[in-house]
Amino acid sequence: MTMTERPVELRSKVTVTIDGADVDVLEGDTILDACNKAGKDTPTVCYGPTVTPVNACRVCVVELEGSRTLVPSCSRPAEDGMVVTTDSDRVDANRKMVLEFLATSSDVSQSEEIMGWLGDYGADLDRYDPETTERMTDEVKIQDDLYIRAYDRCVLCYKCVEACGEDAQWTFAIAMSGRGFNNRISTEFDVTLPDSACVYCGNCVAVCPTNALQFKTEFDLRKMGEWKPEEQTVARTVCSYCGVGCNLELHVQDNSIVKVTSPDDHSITSGNLCVKGRFGYQYVQNRAD
Amino acid sequence: MWGTNAREAHPIFFHHILKGIRNGAKMFAVDPRRSQTAKFADLWLGLNVGSDIALANGIGKYIIDNDLQNDEFIAHSTQGFDTYVDSVQEWTLERTSEVTGLPVDAIAELAEAYATAESAQLCWTLGITEHHTGAENVMALCNLALLTGHVGKYGSGLVPIRGQNNVQGGGDMGALPNKLTGFQDVANDELRAKFEAAWDCEIPATPGKHLTLMMEAIAAKELTHLYVIGENPADADADINHVRAALQGLEFLVVQDIFLTRTATYADVVLPASAGWAETEGTVTNSERRVQLGRKALDPPGDAKNDLEIINMIADRMSPGWGNPSPQEMWDELRTVSPMHAGMSYERLENEGGLQWPCPSEDHPGSQFLHGWLWAEDLEGRDPAPFTVNVWRPPMDEVNAEYPLLMTTGRVLDSYNTGVQSDGYNSPIRSGEDLDMAPADAERLGVVTGSRVEVSSRRATIDMTVRVQPDLPTGLCFTTYHFSETTDVNQLTIEAWDKKSGTAEFKATAISVRPKVDAGV
Repeated sequence: MTMTERPVELRSKVTVTIDGADVDVLEGDTILDACNKAGKDTPTVCYGPTVTPVNACRVCVVELEGSRTLVPSCSRPAEDGMVVTTDSDRVDANRKMVLEFLATSSDVSQSEEIMGWLGDYGADLDRYDPETTERMTDEVKIQDDLYIRAYDRCVLCYKCVEACGEDAQWTFAIAMSGRGFNNRISTEFDVTLPDSACVYCGNCVAVCPTNALQFKTEFDLRKMGEWKPEEQTVARTVCSYCGVGCNLELHVQDNSIVKVTSPDDHSITSGNLCVKGRFGYQYVQNRAD
Repeated sequence: MWGTNAREAHPIFFHHILKGIRNGAKMFAVDPRRSQTAKFADLWLGLNVGSDIALANGIGKYIIDNDLQNDEFIAHSTQGFDTYVDSVQEWTLERTSEVTGLPVDAIAELAEAYATAESAQLCWTLGITEHHTGAENVMALCNLALLTGHVGKYGSGLVPIRGQNNVQGGGDMGALPNKLTGFQDVANDELRAKFEAAWDCEIPATPGKHLTLMMEAIAAKELTHLYVIGENPADADADINHVRAALQGLEFLVVQDIFLTRTATYADVVLPASAGWAETEGTVTNSERRVQLGRKALDPPGDAKNDLEIINMIADRMSPGWGNPSPQEMWDELRTVSPMHAGMSYERLENEGGLQWPCPSEDHPGSQFLHGWLWAEDLEGRDPAPFTVNVWRPPMDEVNAEYPLLMTTGRVLDSYNTGVQSDGYNSPIRSGEDLDMAPADAERLGVVTGSRVEVSSRRATIDMTVRVQPDLPTGLCFTTYHFSETTDVNQLTIEAWDKKSGTAEFKATAISVRPKVDAGV
């Protein structure tokens, strides 16, 4: 008769050298996977575990023996015998400069990670003359009660586009538009979100590394100076709507849900939700008081 | 995808379908509407409402006529094949085409693809079950799986997608008229004796009534007292005016809910409950039989209490000393009487991201799919799986000159059932309150999107607003019942229900539509 069990996935072992030490990963894994396994702290902005890397940010670059240029570790597959260096002056200088470019063209202040790397790599933002350095200065787009778009914080990492498209949602409500410094994430013809193809799953917000996309609850609380992540608790539960069983992480502040996420590593959601799971929680806190 | 608009009703399940499509899987959508799901299909089969058995039988006959069935599987794992073959003989491609309204080529293409696929799944939801032949519709699909062997093995199977976060769990827990916890038959003396010994009480041996039968018993004054927990039948049920009259005629009604629903407004006593998923802890079971832990995130408002605590308090009044066991204590007791849950400790549920039943022991990994026994040499001692004979019968509500259109109901992405929960957030894409209508029908009636109309069925008349929807076939209208406060659609739907499942025929209501005299456009 037929084989009835789940087929076992067979991937061969690949050995690469990271800063002089051998690291074993599996065929199909990336240099970043090997760096993580070797315990190297690699900065990434456009990379995410649930989206396909598009190599937009170049902050995860490493030196690869035999390669003229630095390579993006997040998307370069590991090959047997590769010799990789992550702690050289060349790598540090490149990462520093990339971080400086990002931080002088966009507002990255709400990204704890990027702010931390700026310090780690000794980024010097003052060497870019604010008079002559172009910045993203877009006004915040507030077009509904669910999430806002603050493109002055956008670093054009493409993760939202990927999540809206083939990596998860297949809605294709947003894409890159414009050329050069006019490059922006945009809905079709820049129509408002409610008029666009957007279905408000919020999966773009979930992957945004800089808070350019932000839940309206968080945006409003920040505006009032009431956003207090250190006071928030996170409870993992199961969505109250359909029978798929999506896991929700309810971020709670002052006995109110202020944000809903889903674990990237959960087999049902891979970090993604629909509009009901992401935003449909409000009924438990429309309290009379 | 048969009778399911998972793209809107089960969006994250559909993400997995989309991954499959991206990896080269073929997807067929069988749905009267060219739904958001159908738009991702390799082929959309827009069959006539309620012709599912005709299509399934036609596909079966095509598979047999073209010798595409899995003979080895049929001989080893099934019974009743010859009777089934006889029963589908009338369903030639031509006859199937005539009843379903589908092109002959499309039926053949689906049949061919399903039968010859290495692995194939049939997924369905309420488009299959919300008919007066709902159970037979399901059985007709099961026949196709038995015919081809697409069941009981990794990657193949029969996939009913559940509509509520714990509707599977409710059944698992024994909230069914004929089952005890863990689907153990209440009429089975041995099983009942096990529960009686564990619970130190006597359990009635006769099955109770399901919701539809309860409504009939209430109308007949045989059932006079009702305790409703977390359900809103006064908005959710078909032919709602009958249901409301029945509920209001009860001698005593208790409603336990997180909101004062319409049903609760009829109640003698309302017990305010907390929201299970965010204000208490416990387990829920999803469509894939995965038991998962829910955890408390918020304190409930006012005097609202956990459902379990309320029931415990009532039990304590009835039987002093009952106490107030915690959800985990109750779960651990359940594991001693329900073998399929026995291996699921809270610790494992936490660490392993949930477990799929059956999981009979702590060292059992849980079960990714059911019916693997069909492929065992000895069928694990079971009887072979039976083919069934299913006779196509059209919807009960007849379309005629007086009621020339058919209205079907469903769900839209951002709303949920009677709207009690989903009305609570301000969705920028809210839709579903309108009567969706095909362009040709709108033109014939002289209405456009935004026109107010009077919609009548054989039971009631309500006012609605038209939305012209090119994805609907001529003669078919669509709406939801998410907005019963303003558009009380279930006044129109028919009380006809499936005698096997108790499910009402929400999918087929004959209607007439008249423009309002003062129709503003």
